[in-house]
Amino acid sequence: MENIADQYKHIKGWGVDADPTNEPTHPMKKYTGDDHNRINWQRPALQQYTVEILKSNERPTLSAVNGTSVPPSGLSGVLRRYAFKFSESSYGHWLPLLLADRINVVEGIIDDIKEGHFPNIPAERGIAADWKYNRKALIQKTVAMAAVSFILFTALRSKRK
Amino acid sequence: MLAMNYRGPRRVRVSEKPMPEILHPKDCVVRVTRSCICGSDIHLYNGLVPDTRVGSTFGHEFIGVVEEIGPDVHKLKVGDNVIVPFNIACGECAFCKQELYGNCHESNSQATAVGGIFGYSHTAGGYDGGQAEYARVPYADVGPTVIPEWMDHDDAVLLTDVVPTGYQAAEMGGIKTGDTVVIFGAGPVGIMAAKCAWLFGAGRVIIIDKLDYRLEFAKEYAQCEAYNYEDMGDPVLFLKKTTDWFGADVCIDAVGADATGSALQTITGKKLMLQAGAATALHWAINSVKKGGIVSIVGVYGPTDNLVPIGNVLNKGLTVRANQASVKRLLPRLIEHVKEGRLNPKGLITHRVPLEEVADAYHIFTSKLDNCLKPVLIPSTAKK
Repeated sequence: MENIADQYKHIKGWGVDADPTNEPTHPMKKYTGDDHNRINWQRPALQQYTVEILKSNERPTLSAVNGTSVPPSGLSGVLRRYAFKFSESSYGHWLPLLLADRINVVEGIIDDIKEGHFPNIPAERGIAADWKYNRKALIQKTVAMAAVSFILFTALRSKRK
Repeated sequence: MLAMNYRGPRRVRVSEKPMPEILHPKDCVVRVTRSCICGSDIHLYNGLVPDTRVGSTFGHEFIGVVEEIGPDVHKLKVGDNVIVPFNIACGECAFCKQELYGNCHESNSQATAVGGIFGYSHTAGGYDGGQAEYARVPYADVGPTVIPEWMDHDDAVLLTDVVPTGYQAAEMGGIKTGDTVVIFGAGPVGIMAAKCAWLFGAGRVIIIDKLDYRLEFAKEYAQCEAYNYEDMGDPVLFLKKTTDWFGADVCIDAVGADATGSALQTITGKKLMLQAGAATALHWAINSVKKGGIVSIVGVYGPTDNLVPIGNVLNKGLTVRANQASVKRLLPRLIEHVKEGRLNPKGLITHRVPLEEVADAYHIFTSKLDNCLKPVLIPSTAKK
């Protein structure tokens, strides 16, 4: 503390009201002063990567470990890479990521079909649980959807004629 | 191995995935024995969290048996039954050294605002989660904690997130003896926060939700008052009246992005995604707390912006405290609470579902079917 005080002795009154008990982050944070060393801690060994990991531009290097699930690919991957040119404070970061997520859904369906697996979307949406616990609503929803589809279909057909 | 596989908003299935491997000397691989679906998984499931990639495996609440350890793992051994905290923490960065294990800087390259979390999008590090038969667990000597012999594994799995998050919600409230604490959200975390508020000496605990079955459960489980906001018109006005027009001492947002109760918030936050989820509960919390009061946030929101009355935070002189729970910091105390019978985590579990039926489990939980409060997924490899 004395060394720090020496650094600021040209500022009249520096630190006279400092109160170490004024620590609103306690007890969630056990303040050690390590914050003032910034990011210069002894780093853990770094994970070796065989897949592409995107990095926030708000940090200088990759973190020591990362998940390797689903690396960026396809059109959604292009958008994700673009998003990482912007900081986390920018819509330029998040909006392309959200768009990429939606495009990725279509890519997923195409990949499924390419692999010979036609996705069972009702099952993926938990229709079995609806049938078991929410049957009345499921039937109502199905009937309503069928009725709307029929009306649309009929309207379109009569227009063509 | 079998693992949950995200295919897009409200679409998941179980499929074969490669077995996880040791990718870092401090990794271990865990055979999952129980894995929960968390309320915050619903935000992912609904497609509200950016960079949630198709093919990801969710699941940040899991326990299991250590199957393999990396060369630099010294505190665990193969065969140990472990609680795996949801946050991935190195134990060496400035944040971990100060016990902010939910804010580790060496576990997520893809965002600086959040540390690594298992199965919680690439924004939280791109890790596959524990809704699978096996999972890779980085920094195995830091987070994972051996389950005490006496502990029921149904209790243990809830110590990975629900109990620490509920406890920290109450802790961040800085509850003083006799305080009135209001919790928005009667999900598992909100109910646990209500239960834990008593441990800090609250004088009155009130929980607000719209689902009667959850409110009835909360009333019984957490010995608190429980009210349905749909019956009260304006919940802020109701809370002012019931606190002698003063406001609650502490308000806790245990809902996050998927809140209901405000058409404006729902349309802009969930339908149009013009904000990072619907901030209805936080809005109510800020407006219901007393001047100079404390708002504690554990509800999860996306990383962009939300509509909240920040002017009232200033004018009322509020203290807002929020964080992902620091599971490792809290575990010793919470294990003691479970041992002493002060907390009964497994009482929250309502559904036990085979991993193969994950799509149904998500739908039951998200749509609140069959009075679901907390589903646990059990992989077929759990008993080996």
